[in-house]
Amino acid sequence: MNTDMKILIVDDFSTMRRIIKNLLRDLGFNNTHEADDGNTALPMLQSGNYDFLVTDWNMPGMTGIDLLREVRKDENLSTLPVLLVTAESKKDQIVMAAEAGVNGYIVKPFNAATLEEKINKIFERIAASK
Amino acid sequence: MPVAIKFDDQYIEIARSFVAALEKKDHKEANNLLNELNNSNHSVIFQEIGKLTRELHDTLSSFELDMNIADLAENEIPDAKKRLAYVIEQTDEAANTTLSIVEKFIPICETLDKDSNELAIEWNRFVSKEMNADDFRDLTKRIKKYIDDNKSSYTDIKSGINEIILAQGFQDITGQIIRKVIALVQDVEEKLIRVIKITGAGAVDSRPAEKDELEGPQVPGLKSNDAVNGQDEVDDLLSSLGF
Repeated sequence: MNTDMKILIVDDFSTMRRIIKNLLRDLGFNNTHEADDGNTALPMLQSGNYDFLVTDWNMPGMTGIDLLREVRKDENLSTLPVLLVTAESKKDQIVMAAEAGVNGYIVKPFNAATLEEKINKIFERIAASK
Repeated sequence: MPVAIKFDDQYIEIARSFVAALEKKDHKEANNLLNELNNSNHSVIFQEIGKLTRELHDTLSSFELDMNIADLAENEIPDAKKRLAYVIEQTDEAANTTLSIVEKFIPICETLDKDSNELAIEWNRFVSKEMNADDFRDLTKRIKKYIDDNKSSYTDIKSGINEIILAQGFQDITGQIIRKVIALVQDVEEKLIRVIKITGAGAVDSRPAEKDELEGPQVPGLKSNDAVNGQDEVDDLLSSLGF
């Protein structure tokens, strides 16, 4: 896996962005950027050549699920790997995220090992499908 | 229950006599006439009026008890919103303080690790007698510098640890605020139940409304039936969907 890949972290709480950023740095990913909701994130994704999106679900403005749907609709972004990191844990919502084309789903509170495991799995699957 | 009462001349006459007796302050006669009315078929109207009076009295006294509902809506609920906003502020501040300190520790640890590894290599050269006198003098200087640097790092780490410990004080503050808000919510709930009882809205639908809104973090003890129980169940559900 390329640890130089450009990652966008989207969460309305700056503390959670910092926590994810620190955990990613510990895993060797230093090229991380931040946005506080889908509306801010989408133009960044469209112009920024990002390799990976880590997003929360429940945010004011554009939610994570809507951001995911916008990403899948955009022909330049449609294959961008997306990991949802959220406190939403209702089965219907997980199914909804799967249907919207999410690549991984982590429920908060989570730990560094879970984050590493899900990221590895996402990129292993992408590598295998190529 | 509607009560149909036919007032005939006889009863009107009794009523007139009753009023006349009262005007003459002839209480004995008035009582007799009242008894006459009471014993008649019309006693049911008095029972109904009595019941209505009792209900009106109860309603009015209950409303008096709940006069502070207005105070709840005007003052306490906006206060609770501010308190909860303050909880967010406090937790945000504590988390950021802690993260900032940890971010300061990272380069200190990296330097410590790098210097130790370099010194270990030099030390092994010295132990294996591969080091000349000049290199040895250089090594002793580096060891001295390493000791001094460590002392300063220790001071930084110790003060940082203390700051992190202090930052955890948010738990006490926010815990107290949240407890107060819980008490307020309980108060509001009890008052609303009383209002519902008074107004006799027995047919109120107690089922929660269907909602699209997100549920947010699962609170221990308030588990939702259709929420998963941790990451393992998320993984199971996703793998059942072919993930």
